[in-house]
Amino acid sequence: MSVAAEFQIEYLQCLKPDGTLAGPLPPAVDDPAKLVPLFKRMLFVRTFDTKAIALQRTGKLGTYAACLGHEATHVGIGASMTPDDVFAPSYREYGAQFMRGVKPRDVLMYWGGDERGNDFEVPRNDYPWCVPISTQMLMAAGAALSFKLRGQDRVAVACCGDGGSSKTDFYAAVNSGGAYQLPLVLCVINNGWAISVPRKAQTGAETLAQKGLAGGLACLQVDGNDLIAVLEAMRRATERARKGEGGTVIEYMTYRLHDHTTADDARRYRGEEEVKEAWTREPFIRLRKYLTDLKLWDEEQEKAWLEECGKLVDAEINAYLETPVQPVEAMFDYLYGDMPKDVLAQREEAIAQEKRA
Amino acid sequence: MSAQPITLIEAITQALAYEMKHDDAVVVLGEDVGVNGGVFRATAGLQQQFGDQRVLDTPLDETTIAGLTVGMASQGMKPVAEAQFDGFMYPMVDFIVCHAARMRYRTRGRLTCPMVLRVPWGGGIRAPEHHSEANESIFTNVPGLRVVMPSSPQRAYGLLLAAIRDPDPVIYMEPKRIYRQYKELVPDDGEALPLDVCYVLRDGSDITLVTWGAQVKETLEAAEKLAADGISAEVIDVATLKPLDFDTIAESVAKTGRCVIVHEAAKTAGFGAEIAARVAEECLFDLVAPVERVTGYDTHIPLFRLEMKYLPSVDKIVAASKRAMAHS
Repeated sequence: MSVAAEFQIEYLQCLKPDGTLAGPLPPAVDDPAKLVPLFKRMLFVRTFDTKAIALQRTGKLGTYAACLGHEATHVGIGASMTPDDVFAPSYREYGAQFMRGVKPRDVLMYWGGDERGNDFEVPRNDYPWCVPISTQMLMAAGAALSFKLRGQDRVAVACCGDGGSSKTDFYAAVNSGGAYQLPLVLCVINNGWAISVPRKAQTGAETLAQKGLAGGLACLQVDGNDLIAVLEAMRRATERARKGEGGTVIEYMTYRLHDHTTADDARRYRGEEEVKEAWTREPFIRLRKYLTDLKLWDEEQEKAWLEECGKLVDAEINAYLETPVQPVEAMFDYLYGDMPKDVLAQREEAIAQEKRA
Repeated sequence: MSAQPITLIEAITQALAYEMKHDDAVVVLGEDVGVNGGVFRATAGLQQQFGDQRVLDTPLDETTIAGLTVGMASQGMKPVAEAQFDGFMYPMVDFIVCHAARMRYRTRGRLTCPMVLRVPWGGGIRAPEHHSEANESIFTNVPGLRVVMPSSPQRAYGLLLAAIRDPDPVIYMEPKRIYRQYKELVPDDGEALPLDVCYVLRDGSDITLVTWGAQVKETLEAAEKLAADGISAEVIDVATLKPLDFDTIAESVAKTGRCVIVHEAAKTAGFGAEIAARVAEECLFDLVAPVERVTGYDTHIPLFRLEMKYLPSVDKIVAASKRAMAHS
């Protein structure tokens, strides 16, 4: 048999679930002490997530997509980008967004039914939350194309889930990334479930990473609960992108420990055993053990930091709850840069209606 | 350039070249728009003139064209994308509706989407299936968009410049049947036309004929025939469907008391329904006759042996006008 092409998909894990290294530290992490602020950020994200769920349960927030279990992947992705890069999230990558300057109050505003949550003070060019599945992957390819055409040293990074990798838009992003050799990193965050549909029902492919092969992209599967591996995968992908060598698909193996959103009840479709097992592999246990063994972290520090996180998040929650509703004309004011006469007339009508009410 | 009269499609090329020369942010992308210059030749010579970093052939996927265009526009470029044919636009609708039309709205103006989607539009050229659709009303119902359809070389030039310069997404529909119908002088002066104006192409006092796109041709011919019978028809080219300049239509109907709307798309919920509703809302007491619509039937546009029987014709427009004239 003659072979037209051969491929392999690398699996990358640096920190094992038991908190010991699988090998020497990779180039992305030259000093373990640098992991401490990221671990702290992961703890902050979990604090935020827990409180956001509680807010929804008490009727103070709309439907909320929790990120429980994804913290290492999200924080690692955000930590690997420069301010000039552009991030295109789906709708739960808060850890990555906080690393880039998005505020917790922005997340709450968005899920709290207010478009101003998407008007990030920083970063100004990142994409807003994207509800239509995987369309953000292709928009990110367009952003990457604009960087390339203008000779800008910037990378576009986009995230979708395992279900998202089934979408036309995902394949189109992969194909465009290869066709134009784009500075693009497509992150498939495989948390096992697309609402109620398990990963195995999405595709017959052995890995989701290999979907990049068809477009000529670099492909890598990573332990997404291992912060060190996430950082190393992102280092490789962003360096490749900056050198003009093209895009990468990274599949992050993690687990959705919460329901899909607060409107979902995962007990209807998945077993307790699976979830229990997933909790043994979650991202905090191993990193806490690793940093504690190196004397870079201890229980006292964690207790103090969590207390601090609680205060920080509460301040953000208060800022969200105290923000007045937009005036009725806000639904017209951002529709066009140059507002048509008929829209203007409807705006006046809405204001008049408001005064009557 | 262009001391010679040019066709509608040449006016499109001229506008693209003008804007690319004067604004580095403008890029053209689509299937076969590069070395081939587009299947209708709208981008002829542009890649040779501006290079392959300004005129990009895309992979053969409409979703890709739409997604890349929205991505580029939201990062500060001004992409002008081509959908090769009207019937291939449907995979693009997701990006147009969910992202292009909403980017400014969703981010409270932080990100915007200054893009143009050009599409050869409509039937009557004996093309294969899916190459002849009049689908403008899919877009006129979407907030945040502008929908433009030129019907002369001069308006094609001025409206395309305006579309590219507009800060929001514009669907620019090109009536392919009249791409090369006639030539006129189009000075290459970079002068844009307003994007919210209807054009009165012929003054009249008895009846108002409202149309757009390729039907402007038949409607003007019908007006000529009506004139021979002593009926004075005013002809309005809507040109920009969204936002609609209803004032121009209302002014005309106030004068004539009769209104016939002509369009190629299927009748039900076609854009003529919107105009008829506005006439009913705002001009009812000016009317002396019921509003008439001369449109495509509520069928798919048939394959080309029957397509001319589907499309509005001079005879159908004249007949509808005479029905309206029976009232006074």
